[in-house]
Amino acid sequence: MLYREAGQFKTSYAKDQQVFPIRQDRIGVAAVVVFAFLVVPLVANQYWLSAILTPFLIFALATIGLNILTGYAGQLSLGTAAFMAVGAFAAYNFVLRVPGIPILVAFVLAGVCAALVGIVFGLPSLRIKGFYLAVATLAAQFFVVWALTKFSWFSNNSSSGVISAQKIEILGYTFDSPVSKYLFTLGIVAALALAAKNMVRSSVGRAWMAVRDMDVAASVIGIRLMQTKLLAFAISSFYCGVAGALYAFAYLGTVEPEGFNLDLSFRVLFMVIIGGAGSILGSFLGAAFIVLLPIFLNTLAPVIEHGLGVQMPPGLMSNLELIVFGALIIFFLVVEPHGLARLWQIGKEKLRLWPFPH
Amino acid sequence: MKSFHKALLGLAMLGAAATVHAQNEQFIPMNGYWVGPYAPGGSGIFGGFIDYVNMINAREGGVNGVKLTYEKCETEYNNARGVECYERQKKKGPTGATMVHPLSTGITYSLIDKALADKIPVVSLGYGRTDASDGRVFPYIFPLVTNYWSQNTAKIKFIGSREGGMDKLRGKKIVNIYHDSAYGKETIPILDAQAKKYGFTVTHIPVPHPGNEQGAQWLQVRQIKPDWVILRGWGVMNPVALKSAAKVGFPRDRIIGVWWSGAEEDTIPAGDASKGYIAAGFNVAGTNFPVVQEIKKYVYAKGKGEMEDQTRIGSIYYNRGVVHGIVTVEAIRKAQEKYGKKPLTGEQIRWGLENLAISEARLKELGAAGFMQPLKVSCLDHEGGGAVKFQQWDGTKWKVITDWITPDRELVRPMIEASAAAYAKEKNITPRDCSKEM
Repeated sequence: MLYREAGQFKTSYAKDQQVFPIRQDRIGVAAVVVFAFLVVPLVANQYWLSAILTPFLIFALATIGLNILTGYAGQLSLGTAAFMAVGAFAAYNFVLRVPGIPILVAFVLAGVCAALVGIVFGLPSLRIKGFYLAVATLAAQFFVVWALTKFSWFSNNSSSGVISAQKIEILGYTFDSPVSKYLFTLGIVAALALAAKNMVRSSVGRAWMAVRDMDVAASVIGIRLMQTKLLAFAISSFYCGVAGALYAFAYLGTVEPEGFNLDLSFRVLFMVIIGGAGSILGSFLGAAFIVLLPIFLNTLAPVIEHGLGVQMPPGLMSNLELIVFGALIIFFLVVEPHGLARLWQIGKEKLRLWPFPH
Repeated sequence: MKSFHKALLGLAMLGAAATVHAQNEQFIPMNGYWVGPYAPGGSGIFGGFIDYVNMINAREGGVNGVKLTYEKCETEYNNARGVECYERQKKKGPTGATMVHPLSTGITYSLIDKALADKIPVVSLGYGRTDASDGRVFPYIFPLVTNYWSQNTAKIKFIGSREGGMDKLRGKKIVNIYHDSAYGKETIPILDAQAKKYGFTVTHIPVPHPGNEQGAQWLQVRQIKPDWVILRGWGVMNPVALKSAAKVGFPRDRIIGVWWSGAEEDTIPAGDASKGYIAAGFNVAGTNFPVVQEIKKYVYAKGKGEMEDQTRIGSIYYNRGVVHGIVTVEAIRKAQEKYGKKPLTGEQIRWGLENLAISEARLKELGAAGFMQPLKVSCLDHEGGGAVKFQQWDGTKWKVITDWITPDRELVRPMIEASAAAYAKEKNITPRDCSKEM
């Protein structure tokens, strides 16, 4: 009843083609954006802003990046963390070596660097598919981390290979408080997410999906496989690169190449799988699940200890967290293999019929 | 719905638990790791640390009547989780976090800027950023007791003494096998500087994380035929290195480990392959110190205590945790001398850390004579000690084979100052004038 598009007529092509064709969706998205920009900075404390919401947004951006490649274009990749590392180190070097470069330009250039690296490591996708391609992208993962460690130029000859991100400054304003860093991150993520949402319903996005569903058929109807696949790698890596730059500049402040290891790539891949492959909303849901749930379980542990009035062996609590986390992942995948985004879609369909289901 | 209510109730209780902190308490965050590949180190060190804090509470009712409280947070040795733990814990207790022990070089790096902004001292005992020993540039970072560069010069001194004098080092070959991470790479510049000074050659061989496959690296060692190997490992990398060394027939008593490669957890899994292996340490193993006996008496005898496996009490890691406890409690005590016997803020504790002086006599009072070295921290020098002891694994336990070996300060200090100055320039920091600090 609440969620029904009856009576919403589309009288022009423009209306028929808008990003969110249903009015309730438009209102909902606008409300979330307004809430995130205006209400959250007022009510959230420093802990929430800098330790939970900012990393959540950054991982959501990386997940959108991988989702473009894996969910939409169907190319499995295990190199996400490597592309993030390229973005982080490129942004650092641009700001360091080009005096007076605006930070946003540095971020875009960092994304472009990541995109170029992505294209190089996407070349094998023209010949191999599926799990074999995943193994080929592993090369990116190991090569990039190795190169960043091996050539100390990338870290400005720091003895330990660690870089310390510069301050974020736009027009003389320094983004150094948790609120301003959150808003900076949110601005970039919102803009790029909207761009992604638009891209996947454009001809480019449709070409990606055609390639994903059957690449021979796609080439028969005139889609150029090489361009389409490499474009997917480029754009995906661009998103990951910007996410990596944000990870260094707006979140951790100091990063080492080893921080962008295979583990991080797998985490982003899990976010795609849990959230839902081929869905922008799913990227946010998946990132929320993987980033927030372990923290929630960790804060719950002392509560349980207090509540039961017993002191548990110290290792047990930490291991229990991982067990519960793993069990929840399996539970959600059994209940809905297409991810949280699909659950939300089913929910929406139920809402349309409510309160009179057939 | 019911479970949701329960979760809400849980959250509400969490809030309530945070507010019931009585006023006369000093809060210490315990951000450690009890799972993952590095859990033996994390659980041992935080076990000793928490037990020491509980012993002080039980024996003396806290520090001058201010009870010590703590809360654990699992970092999984992961930078992102470590930052989250720091943010979660920094405001707890009546005066916020006393100081943070990140127990990870990576997390320490991530906290440098944040800690300065929040005015919470970061104490990295025997790890972390070496050039933070220059307190003028890093007012809130305390790589106490000893840092990697100091240790490295002590190691070369030890090798020199084994060879019969520092002049005998000329022409010798040393291989540095290191964990390929910020932690592992930290000593490369100092080793190169020492190689130049003493005329030996050094080859750096990286081992990718986590280091459970080192066949190629040790084949390279066999080709080079070095006189000594310095093992800069962490976690599972250490026993694998010892086993691989045995496989290529490299004598174990020519391998010198850092203190993160010299615990029971590193040698026992390698079995016979580790016999004769030498490692540095800034604390020693054993339970026959009064401080460890006091912990047993006040904590374990009452059925409490952190260690499930009580045989680990007195191990290298456990005792290192006790060192963490001693340093923390003594810094609080020092700060109370100036600011009064009440809960103190991170800023006040920082003064306590900077003016910390633990003499040999004080160590004796604490029941820790010979257990750790005396400390004297200052605004210029945030390290405070710098000496290490070397110990050898005899197949069943670590045996101390040297007295405290002091570092080569003339070599280390200028490098620390140069590195800190470069950092200050990059970050636009004006170093403090130490003559004006009180």
